[in-house]
Amino acid sequence: MSDFDLNKQAPNAVVWLLLLAMPYWLPAIGGYPELGTRVVVLGLAAMSLNFLLGYTGVLSFGHAAYFGLGAYGVGMTIRYLVPSTGVGILVGVVVGTIAAMIIGPLIIRLRGVYFAMVTIAFGQVFFFIAFRWNSVTGGDDGLTGWTRQALHLGFATVDIQNNPRAFYYLVLVLFALAVGIMAWLLQSPFGRTLIAIRENERRARFLGIPVDQHIWISWVISCCFVSLAGALYALLNNFVDPRALYWTQSGDFVIMAVLGGMRSFWGPLIGAAIYVVLQDYLSSETENWMSFIGLFFVLVVLFFPRGVLGMIRRRVAS
Amino acid sequence: MSQVVLFNVFNGLIVGAFYALMALGLSLIMNLSGVINFAHGGFLALGAYIAYTLMPYVGFWGGLVLAPVLTAGLGLVVERLLIRRVYGRDPLYSLLLTFGLAFMFEDGMRFIWGAQSVPYQVPGWLLSPLSSDYFFLTGYRVFMVLLVAAAVIGLFVILNYTRLGIRIRAGTLDLETVSVLGVNVRILRNLNFGLGIYLAGLAGVLAAGMLGLQPTVGSSLIMPSFVAIIVGGLGSLPGTLLGGLLIGVASGVTTVFLPSATEAVMYVMMAAVLLVRPRGLLGEEGRF
Repeated sequence: MSDFDLNKQAPNAVVWLLLLAMPYWLPAIGGYPELGTRVVVLGLAAMSLNFLLGYTGVLSFGHAAYFGLGAYGVGMTIRYLVPSTGVGILVGVVVGTIAAMIIGPLIIRLRGVYFAMVTIAFGQVFFFIAFRWNSVTGGDDGLTGWTRQALHLGFATVDIQNNPRAFYYLVLVLFALAVGIMAWLLQSPFGRTLIAIRENERRARFLGIPVDQHIWISWVISCCFVSLAGALYALLNNFVDPRALYWTQSGDFVIMAVLGGMRSFWGPLIGAAIYVVLQDYLSSETENWMSFIGLFFVLVVLFFPRGVLGMIRRRVAS
Repeated sequence: MSQVVLFNVFNGLIVGAFYALMALGLSLIMNLSGVINFAHGGFLALGAYIAYTLMPYVGFWGGLVLAPVLTAGLGLVVERLLIRRVYGRDPLYSLLLTFGLAFMFEDGMRFIWGAQSVPYQVPGWLLSPLSSDYFFLTGYRVFMVLLVAAAVIGLFVILNYTRLGIRIRAGTLDLETVSVLGVNVRILRNLNFGLGIYLAGLAGVLAAGMLGLQPTVGSSLIMPSFVAIIVGGLGSLPGTLLGGLLIGVASGVTTVFLPSATEAVMYVMMAAVLLVRPRGLLGEEGRF
């Protein structure tokens, strides 16, 4: 990356500027602080999913499981073990990543709809555990009785508990870290190999690339970052809902990625922003918001399959 | 004790029969069109609600006959207007489309019939136990098992001995060749979808009499159906049937010994099958 290309870097700069200044411009257009944080957290989840979906070409419909494991990991750590946000996030990410590592070998040989179906079905295991294990997880009512804790950095204490803006910036720092790692990976030979697998798996195999192994690594990376998103989501709400693990949540992540544009790096973040704002609006306006969300899915598939960035890119090209 | 075990095995067999009926419909559609129909549970519940609504006019038996047919008719329309548009595209789009439909179905039914469960009356004489020793052996349960068996036999007769069925099976193996031989693939896929939805509607009417009827009845049955297909082997209808019965009985037996693991056991079975035999019990090698 020695040659600095302004055209390529300009969109990145715009995204980062908007994200950095979000707590200042969002209230001006009618948003509330938590809304911005939710966009960034769910955007991270959708971007992590897209690492697998858009860049490796593997259709996972079960990412909610790892999102939820991250959420329960942080919630249960703070509630039962140590009242520390940092340790909680770490536990959440480790739990989600290890689960993905274990389930990975069972599914990486499968492709297409079969992969999607198996990932959904495995996701349900964690939902039932959370749902049934009432005494520890709170069952259907969710995990309550804990809050995110102030962050002790040694030299300073950041009060993320009562200051939503401070929490937003904590989320943004972790988002930047995760997104940065993913961008770096995608530029590396490893990332290029993933794209090669997406484009033509058979050819990649003939070239001697261990395809299954690459898909496994991509799957674990993707699940690792989605569990980070889950942990942050739990901290944002100070609550874990078992529905964070439910298969409909996985569908939400996929629609965010598609809506923004699967073939672009920032697409899923844009999709998440649109989806979060829409859901927020609909659920405050009508009781039948589920119908509208469903209709929205159908409309996106029929009329908007390339997503926002895909459309823009096409228009620019023509 | 043996009474309890027997009861739960039988119960599991019935629940497994529902899973199998639903999974067979899902499998039919997936094999020919490559679409995972998430809205299948919605169609199932809709079949039950149609039967419930028709009951004052045509009675239980009329509903049992009419509701699956009407549900299948709606399935034909949905396929014609929506599902058809995503054939041949990335499977992602069919997933999202039917996912959205499932949301709309569930919410629509909640809007029309309410979120609470509605009473679904089965004729009284069917509910009395057939034997004083085996209290659980009510006429309705036996009737359900027989009807599901009849439906499954009917399906296999259609697939093996009718022109439509043979074309469906041929299309499952090589749709392009079937098309080149002069079969209208659009109509074939449409009818196949309707057939799958018919099975869902039938399962819905039967399930309503046993599990109660609320808008979520379908979405609670769809995940086990996926597991049934995976365990039995994708692409194999006998496998799907076997998978459905197997996980039903397994959860029934688990209920006796470890009630909290009732749902988990089928996923454990799925993991075991995937580990030892990734194509499923009766799945063909190299198909997926």
